[in-house]
Amino acid sequence: MNKHLLSINDVSAEDIVRILDVAESFREVGTRVIKKVPALRGRTVVNLFYENSTRTRISFELAAKRLSADVINFTTSGTSVAKGESLKDTALTLQAMGADAIVIRHSSSGSPYTLTRWVRGSVLNAGDGTHEHPTQALLDLYTIREKLGRFEGLRVAICGDVLHSRVARSLSFALVKMGADVTLVGPPTLIPPDAPAWGVHVSFDIDEVLPKIDVCYLLRVQRERQRQQYVPSVREYARLFGLTRERVGLLPEGALIMHPGPMNRGVEIDSDVADLPQAVMEEQVTNGIAIRMSLLYLLLGGGSEGAVADG
Amino acid sequence: MAERTAFIGARVVDPASGRDEVANVLVEGGAVAAVGPDASLRGASLVDCHGLVLAPGLVDLHAHLREPGREDAETVETASRAAAAGGFTAVAAMANTDPVADTPAVVEEVRSLASRAALCDVFPVGAITKGLAGEEMAAIGEMAAIGVRLFSDDGRCVPTARVLRNALQYAKAFDAVIAEHCEDPSLAEGGQMHEGIHSYTLGLTGKPAESEEIVVFRDLALARLTGGRLHLQHLSAGGSVELLRRARAAGVRVTAEVTPHHLVFVDEDLVTYDTNFKVNPPLRTPEDREALRAALADGTIDAVATDHAPHAVEDKEAEFDQAPPGTIGLETALAAVLTHLVEPGLIPLPRAIEALSTAPARILGASGHGGPIEPGRPANLVVFDPRAEWVVEPPFVSRSRNSAFLGKSLRGKVIHTVLRGEPVVGDGKPRR
Repeated sequence: MNKHLLSINDVSAEDIVRILDVAESFREVGTRVIKKVPALRGRTVVNLFYENSTRTRISFELAAKRLSADVINFTTSGTSVAKGESLKDTALTLQAMGADAIVIRHSSSGSPYTLTRWVRGSVLNAGDGTHEHPTQALLDLYTIREKLGRFEGLRVAICGDVLHSRVARSLSFALVKMGADVTLVGPPTLIPPDAPAWGVHVSFDIDEVLPKIDVCYLLRVQRERQRQQYVPSVREYARLFGLTRERVGLLPEGALIMHPGPMNRGVEIDSDVADLPQAVMEEQVTNGIAIRMSLLYLLLGGGSEGAVADG
Repeated sequence: MAERTAFIGARVVDPASGRDEVANVLVEGGAVAAVGPDASLRGASLVDCHGLVLAPGLVDLHAHLREPGREDAETVETASRAAAAGGFTAVAAMANTDPVADTPAVVEEVRSLASRAALCDVFPVGAITKGLAGEEMAAIGEMAAIGVRLFSDDGRCVPTARVLRNALQYAKAFDAVIAEHCEDPSLAEGGQMHEGIHSYTLGLTGKPAESEEIVVFRDLALARLTGGRLHLQHLSAGGSVELLRRARAAGVRVTAEVTPHHLVFVDEDLVTYDTNFKVNPPLRTPEDREALRAALADGTIDAVATDHAPHAVEDKEAEFDQAPPGTIGLETALAAVLTHLVEPGLIPLPRAIEALSTAPARILGASGHGGPIEPGRPANLVVFDPRAEWVVEPPFVSRSRNSAFLGKSLRGKVIHTVLRGEPVVGDGKPRR
């Protein structure tokens, strides 16, 4: 494992399996009455969130707390960041306070890379701009493996605003690495033209893709894409590319429906569809805590000899 | 310096006269007194230049001196020292200062700052439009009357064909050159780097090569329509080069420049989000870089220009999309060209000197610069060691340190820069 988790591209297939396996052992912790193990006692994890994301922040916070780490939440409102402090100065401050790991969410792509220049601890990318969201991809892989038992040859469609989606990037890279067959689906304005270089297929016709897949992964389509003229209207998007109740019938039996949340019910997914049994959004959320426990544990040396020495 | 100074034993490369031979150059009273293998050295103090190259002082068509307005990043004085250290005896100072150089008053201010402190000649560039707003023409005629030759809204493209057409046409009265930063603002909006596989993977908004090519096409058409003199700044895309090549063949009055960083780096260099590689126009693909190199070699692109763009440390040490574009370049331009173009045999040394000195001097109308190195001509010279290897690292002579070449090893070191006979750089160090 690398010291940081910046991009899923930096994680080998072997390490992905290891992360999922360790998560598996941690998931049981979440079912206990006392949901806590002492693995990271005395370690400090900082959640540095420049962008609102209640679910990801809480997931990381719970993960760190279940490992007995001390957790500090550093969010933009009500801190020096709101007073115009630079990322560098914030980083140096956190460094001076002895942060062992910094979990960063930022609206600027690449910010986790920038952060590594100024801190000695591990940096975990919790979503940077339109770049990547590697922990989301790992929890999705965990969920897929749990439900379908394999990646090799698995057919996954990732549907929606791929161009602006950090989830789509991390998930595509991870699935391709694990041997899955990935198809990006959406209007041509929202699919990077060079995407086939990632090792994925591209389709502009969701009806043609749905009958041939094992997983239908839907991305959030933001309403501002209409204003930016990527699509004529959100309504047209929903009709042509949304997973409607009618389209669910095209999916093979046993196919999963996934979404990273938060959902736009009625846009990329019909409200009824989101509540179907094959839609596994709640499992994704639950698994997110285990995956983040696994990552913090592995990145902070919990699994190495050094960690034993650290007590 | 003694009244008579002889630079002896250097390989004298002077494209303007076609000279490329080992020779002595005698300088007296600010001018070249004699040049040749047998030039008399009587009574002169000798400067041993064996193994070195002596060429006309370099001329930069494109530098941001930041004064007035951003003296924390650079001043006329510090930029001129950086220029001299890099072998330049003349630089064109872009107009996007604060206030903008859109009137004779700002031009005179830059000139007066230069006359007090500069280690090289500074040629202020005038804005094409008032405040660089792209709407009303700036005082082109009045600025031309006090000697401004090059006009540019650099940093921005003149957004409408009508305004550029008028500027090209109007400038004809003064034989002025309209220099364009070619970039369609609507296509390039929000762009952080070249649009392609790397921008998609990095999640950074891209600027397609077409955002440049579209405007190059438009501008060449307008140059043809008006017969005005057009100069295309910092070309970055292979498609632009093709358009330029065709226009030149058709007799359009156009010249063009390319930067050292576009000749050396590509979009893939941005994979670590290093803001020193964030430049405008963006670094593009290896294919674009090859096209630029070939165009420089065959003369389709006339000149190498630095686009020296100093930025304060705190501005560049920021999130990628919040950092301003630009790299400093005055201290590394010569070595970059020698290392990446001359040494691998892509262009011969005389062509490199032509592109860094003779051609830009001609475009800028800097008649005392760019050679020929002949008796009676101003002694604006550079002497460099083409083989000396060095690593680009702070401290820089420039007030800023945002160099795309940071940490890179380059070959070619300036030993002497001579401005009208005065040794402004000696043994690689600015003299004052």
